[in-house]
Amino acid sequence: MPPVLKIILQRLALGLLTLFIVSIVIFTAVNMLPGDFAQAILGQSATPEAIAAIRRDLGLDQPPVTRYFVWLGDMLQGNLGVSYAQLNFQSNMGGANLKTVADQIAPRFGNTMFLAGVTAAIAVPFAVTLGVLAALYRNSVFDKAVNISTLTSISSPEFFLAYILILFLAVLNPILPAISNVYQGIAFQDRLMATLLPALTLTLVVTAHMMRMTRAAIINLLASPYIEMARLKGVSPLRVIVKHALPNALAPIINVVALNLAYLITGVVVVEVVFVYPGIGQLFVDAVKNRDIPVVQACCLIFAGAYILLNLAADVLSILTNPRLRHPK
Amino acid sequence: MSVLIALIAVAVAGWLFRFIGQRLTGKPYFRDMPYAVAFGFALAVALIGAGVWLYLQPAMNDQGVPRASVMFFHWAVHFFAVSAVAAFLFRLLGRLVGTQGSRKLFRQMPLTAAYGILVVAIYAFVAIFAAVLAPHGQEEVFAAANVVPGGNPAMGGNPDFPLGTDQIGRDILSRLIYGAQNTVGIAFATTVLAFVLGASLGFLAATLRGWVDQVLSRAVDVLMAIPSLIFSLLLITVASAWVSGAGLTAAMVVIIAVIDATRVFRLSRAVGMNIVVMDYIEAARLRGEGLGYLIFREILPNATAPLLAEFGLRFCFVFLTISALSFLGLGIQPPLADWGTMVKDLSAFINYAAFAPQVASAPLLAAGAIALLTVAVNFVVDWMLHRSSGLRE
Repeated sequence: MPPVLKIILQRLALGLLTLFIVSIVIFTAVNMLPGDFAQAILGQSATPEAIAAIRRDLGLDQPPVTRYFVWLGDMLQGNLGVSYAQLNFQSNMGGANLKTVADQIAPRFGNTMFLAGVTAAIAVPFAVTLGVLAALYRNSVFDKAVNISTLTSISSPEFFLAYILILFLAVLNPILPAISNVYQGIAFQDRLMATLLPALTLTLVVTAHMMRMTRAAIINLLASPYIEMARLKGVSPLRVIVKHALPNALAPIINVVALNLAYLITGVVVVEVVFVYPGIGQLFVDAVKNRDIPVVQACCLIFAGAYILLNLAADVLSILTNPRLRHPK
Repeated sequence: MSVLIALIAVAVAGWLFRFIGQRLTGKPYFRDMPYAVAFGFALAVALIGAGVWLYLQPAMNDQGVPRASVMFFHWAVHFFAVSAVAAFLFRLLGRLVGTQGSRKLFRQMPLTAAYGILVVAIYAFVAIFAAVLAPHGQEEVFAAANVVPGGNPAMGGNPDFPLGTDQIGRDILSRLIYGAQNTVGIAFATTVLAFVLGASLGFLAATLRGWVDQVLSRAVDVLMAIPSLIFSLLLITVASAWVSGAGLTAAMVVIIAVIDATRVFRLSRAVGMNIVVMDYIEAARLRGEGLGYLIFREILPNATAPLLAEFGLRFCFVFLTISALSFLGLGIQPPLADWGTMVKDLSAFINYAAFAPQVASAPLLAAGAIALLTVAVNFVVDWMLHRSSGLRE
């Protein structure tokens, strides 16, 4: 087996192990709650017999370890359970078909991924270009202005940036909608318009980190002899950076991009709430407020999974771009 | 479309600027100037010109209706001007007054760092003396709800409430001032708790090594694998089953402290590892000193510089996390005045910005108060890191 494949498989196994342990942590945290599913649906006035019957039906009388593996098995098959809010609705209104957590999450997951995708498509080229330019004109007025403005945008809370953007792009100059009205079967163009404002907010949040890393990684290389050589050869400053420095600075840049995408997947929570964007983050916050445990559990697992996956991707990609890591001694 | 035309005009102006410079002066500065630099000059001139033009516009139109964009621009310009002047005067004061060491420090300080220190000092002052400074109590409800900021009775204001009142009639200025005490105070306490926990465990792991280190490090690895905001939301859900109100605020402090302690643990363990191998630690061990002495008298004093910078950054993260949780309605619980909650409660007023800019300023003030403090702390930390790393580029 080639060594690269072996390293990647190792990392993959490590990632799966982490996910497994994280699922145990989430399961334990939720099981510390007083009362359980049976009490939650039957309410305070339930008879002990009724509670015992439901517990037996749902397997809640089993020991926690057994329940954990049953839950994990269900999760792996995409069976995320039934939300308490939906159950309450059914028991009060007598609705026939229950919406499972998976049904609730699936469209929202797509929306969140779309938001993250649009953000990445704007933020990554923007940040790398800014970083290259800041490295090219380092210590100039331009560099300082970019530095201060990105530092300001990264240290502001997301909702501040969001409201500033709403103020200028939606209220004072009505260009974009302030509320992201995304529904099923929406045309791609409308969807893009509705997503643009939250995506711009997230762009402001993640650009600073990526831009600073690009600039630092390139400047770090500028002292090396081969850059000196290229310069003495008469290569123009822009070409020195783009052709000679950037390929070698790629590993840290890819790493920081992947880490910021991981941040994006989880950082959408606040932004989705501000723009009433129908994504997982909003569902998660609502579920936390209603203490809708199955939904909270499922969302947590999805967020943690995405986070671990992207961290893993950062790891693997930085190995692939670095020959020294690709052929370890 | 107009933006595109303006950009083309700027591009042409940049080229003309360089061309005329070459022809008129013949200096090598213009001869060797890359086009991008000339474009940058033209762009800067265009932006400054547009700014001056916007600033000179009247803030009211003929009918006496305020023009919101112009008013917001005025406020922003005034804020920047006052900030810059205040930072400059503060640095000047620091250069003239004080001991030899502090004067030297201020001489090397960039303006941003001076501004950061000034802002942090003002916040600390307001937080400590909130009860004296605030005109009303933070929970006091007045009969006049939704009073417009500005204190002008003709525009729906009230001189008693310079920033107006919120939707149930609490004075916004008082709540902003008390918010400094509550939001900043709680964030500070959380950070201190995280540091006490994380640093002592980190140094413990570095000193003892062996299975203690293994157990602690692996536990921290697992906790760090879950994104922190998501994990704190999960734990707050669990905590909310037991406690509510002030109890939930306390639970949130503990939860965030534990989650952030994992990051502090990583750093202090790494720093501690480098210190533990020093000869003076060996000497202290041979002297028969106990574990507590080793950690607090030998390792801690030598790890203060990186820990102090980390404290600033960590405070920002904790502060932003708590604000975000409060904004979501799951952080600091009412009736305590808190900036995140205020932003959420007042956010609907932003929609009135087009015809009543004052009304829209209330939520932005609360959000801006959060942003200003984190920016200020970041400016100071940035400078500290730059200084301690000896980075000159």
